Amino acid sequence: MTTSRSDWPLWEVFVRSRRGLSHTHAGSLHAPDAEMALRNARDLYTRRSEGVSIWVVPSAEITASSPDEKDPFFAPAADKPYRHPTFYEIPEGVRHL
Amino acid sequence: MTTMAPDTEAAYEPALEAAFDATVAADERVEPRDWMPDAYRASLVRQIAQHAHSEIIGMQPEANWITRAPSLRRKAILMAKVQDEAGHGLYLYSAAETLGTSRDELLDKLHAGRQRYSSIFNYPTLTWADVGAIGWLVDGAAITNQVPLCRCSYGPYARAMVRICKEESFHQRQGYELLLALSRGTPAQHAMAQDAVDRWWWPSLMMFGPPDDESAHSAQSMAWRIKRHSNDELRQRFVDICVPQAEALGLTLPDPDLTWNEERGAYDFGPIDWSEFHEVLRGNGPCNEQRIAQRRRAHDEGAWVREAASAYAAKHGEARA
Repeated sequence: MTTSRSDWPLWEVFVRSRRGLSHTHAGSLHAPDAEMALRNARDLYTRRSEGVSIWVVPSAEITASSPDEKDPFFAPAADKPYRHPTFYEIPEGVRHL
Repeated sequence: MTTMAPDTEAAYEPALEAAFDATVAADERVEPRDWMPDAYRASLVRQIAQHAHSEIIGMQPEANWITRAPSLRRKAILMAKVQDEAGHGLYLYSAAETLGTSRDELLDKLHAGRQRYSSIFNYPTLTWADVGAIGWLVDGAAITNQVPLCRCSYGPYARAMVRICKEESFHQRQGYELLLALSRGTPAQHAMAQDAVDRWWWPSLMMFGPPDDESAHSAQSMAWRIKRHSNDELRQRFVDICVPQAEALGLTLPDPDLTWNEERGAYDFGPIDWSEFHEVLRGNGPCNEQRIAQRRRAHDEGAWVREAASAYAAKHGEARA
């Protein structure tokens, strides 16, 4: 059997650095299956106690927005400054608001 | 973008190129799925691949001393460092792969001598003190080179460099501490440290690449903000950092022309023997053949592990399906 490494899928690695924080993308790696991906991720991304929990996700399973449609896709948020608290004028001296 | 017919894409190219130029000019990062000029992509693959290969080949000269480390403390440190180098290679291979190349292609090109690694790793590690000199000087030069790369215009490369730079700082300090212990030891230990520094100093200065006026890729890489400083600028920065560090070690640097230049506010240093650099680059360094042969052997001898893991995954996948 001639198995090249490119047969191994790519996995995206997410690491929770400590309790109370979200998992954050750390990088990617190749592994033949999920269990090996977890073990490799442990060795590759948490050599200095950077994590208390790891997720691995097959890269092929990620659906991403396209960079080409960046503008139309995110534009609807751009003209709605009233979604931010700083949009509103409040008389001086009013507290806890 | 991938669904566009080639002729349509060609028609859009000036607009795409303008958007790319604007991103770079604004000091924003280019990300894998963005349009980028073919030459930018090729240049990054060349540079990141060379960088990744250097990390992997760089494991060899130091691993040479693991079994002969003088104490358990030094042995544990050296194993951690060599393991880090493997990790750095993997971060960088991943970054290169985001540009459309594959791990197998990169390794094949390394094994066939079609992609390079840093010529510094073609020098032998003759004594234990070489482990110290590599940490202090070789990793020191690498850090000087790599810190500006954390702001490189290509996102995945910049992110890999941030992680690498954090980890490299231990590499440099362990080397310095190792040399300090030898320098303050017996006369024979001191002499061993001095000999290692004498051998590694000039090759470390060559790590910054040819002088600016002879560097093939520099100008374009600076325009693309892959590179932030010229080879000579970084080399000067490194020399200025090392001189006081050598004094604190109680060791000398093997350059009679090394003098403080009040006017420039920097150290003048002697001419570099570039003929040696080009000889090593051509494959005629002391260890070129040995390094590649060892890399190929390691790859071949690991084949059964990769095959077994794939076979297990296939079987396991079937059982679950």
